Amino acid sequence: MESRIPVILLACGSFNPITNMHMRLFELARDHLHQTGRYRVIEGIMSPVNDNYGKKGLVSARHRIAMAKLALKTSDWIRVDPWESEQETWTETVKVLRHHYNESLRLLQSKKEFMENKHPHERSTRDSLSCQHPVLPELKLLCGADFLQTFKTPNLWKEEDIKEIVEKFGLVCISRAGSDPSQYIKESDLLTQFQHNIFLVKEWIQNEISATRIRSALRRGLSVKYLLPDSVIAYIAQHNIYTEESERRNEGDLLQPLKLQNPAGTPPRD
Amino acid sequence: MRQGSPRSVPPPGEARAELPGEGGGERPRSRGRYRVIEGIMSPVNDNYGKKGLVSARHRIAMAKLALKTSDWIRVDPWESEQETWTETVKVLRHHYNESLRLLQSKKEFMENKHPHERSTRDSLSCQHPVLPELKLLCGADFLQTFKTPNLWKEEDIKEIVEKFGLVCISRAGSDPSQYIKESDLLTQFQHNIFLVKEWIQNEISATRIRSALRRGLSVKYLLPDSVIAYIAQHNIYTEESERRNEGDLLQPLKLQNPAGTPPRD
Repeated sequence: MESRIPVILLACGSFNPITNMHMRLFELARDHLHQTGRYRVIEGIMSPVNDNYGKKGLVSARHRIAMAKLALKTSDWIRVDPWESEQETWTETVKVLRHHYNESLRLLQSKKEFMENKHPHERSTRDSLSCQHPVLPELKLLCGADFLQTFKTPNLWKEEDIKEIVEKFGLVCISRAGSDPSQYIKESDLLTQFQHNIFLVKEWIQNEISATRIRSALRRGLSVKYLLPDSVIAYIAQHNIYTEESERRNEGDLLQPLKLQNPAGTPPRD
Repeated sequence: MRQGSPRSVPPPGEARAELPGEGGGERPRSRGRYRVIEGIMSPVNDNYGKKGLVSARHRIAMAKLALKTSDWIRVDPWESEQETWTETVKVLRHHYNESLRLLQSKKEFMENKHPHERSTRDSLSCQHPVLPELKLLCGADFLQTFKTPNLWKEEDIKEIVEKFGLVCISRAGSDPSQYIKESDLLTQFQHNIFLVKEWIQNEISATRIRSALRRGLSVKYLLPDSVIAYIAQHNIYTEESERRNEGDLLQPLKLQNPAGTPPRD
């Protein structure tokens, strides 16, 4: 495994709430990348979206983070990161990628310095350290096939952001059997140009747990056992998170990225 | 064509609700006709002869681990402990009789405890004015198997739908009511066949799970962690285990084979 490229997988989403399907995406992506023989997945990061995203029914990030933490307790490689949700407002995906990539570089650098300080006279250790990390880690965006489709939504994405995502980072895109995301790639010159950096993974063990329907089930008092971890179900019940009222939150509002790109007057925020 | 476990469910009106929550209003919760008191999972006998079927010992152990966090569903080994494969209708009869026996012994216990308290006896009969119903829980593909030649005896199907009842879970996009319409027998007892839509898509195929395991792929979040650990610990699913019973006829098909083998009971 030594010559493989280290990869960090980043999933951005509402996680409202986190479900077994979200976590399954990570496992699928890791298996797929490992099977190419070229990569070694070293970390998975779940990044719940900022409250200001303005999506209907989005509950407080405080809860969404807490639920994700509970759900990920049994994972030894995936963690939830609150940075995006702690920003003052909604942050473009490409900025979240940049942030986590820079963080991984900083961590790598401080590890190197630590080793060098520890063994200032041991050149062999320093050399072996650079052998241990001959290649910088790559950070790839983990998403569903519908995500690829959103690139076509008018005003949702900036062209240069899409380019940076697929060129500098890369996509790992999970789709269900029966759908064919490769067509979205073919329909886009940009995506076609960087198709080598877009990994298409089939979820062949059908498991599409819709968070929207989960919330609906919860409001109606129906069981979601075996679709979410028990700890998350208990948390939801304890804090009475998903209600008629919570589902009406942001009703009728535009998503923040659409507000930002609105040519009708509002200056673009950065 | 594996049977599920018996249980009863809320009224068909609620169970057949269309995809909720997306645009439409919420349905008010109505008073129901049933109260589910127990769920029983009955793993099939090893002699069923299905390809890739591992020892019941393991299948029972895994089910026990998976059901640890459930306060109403349990696994029952009776079927797997029989000398050979048992028809579904017999499994239903067994568990139904067991539930009656349990009810009866509870009544006798209460009567022995309070021989002079008529009010207690009366309140007990008020507590159990109705005998429990035992229903077979299955997937939509199960309904379809009724049409497979030689797999079912007609009188067994009749007893299942008439005396017990079916609760049949299907995924959105499929329509099992057509199987009912295509069958006079099922149509006759359609009031005792409850169709439930699984509207949160979650179709985890056990066949594909076994395939993933053989290839060393992750099945985390598809099975309980305790079951995954058990499988790894005992190295249960392998190339070899998947070849078990390869080429064999399923036991029920062997039994109904007109070509010579006398039907066993």
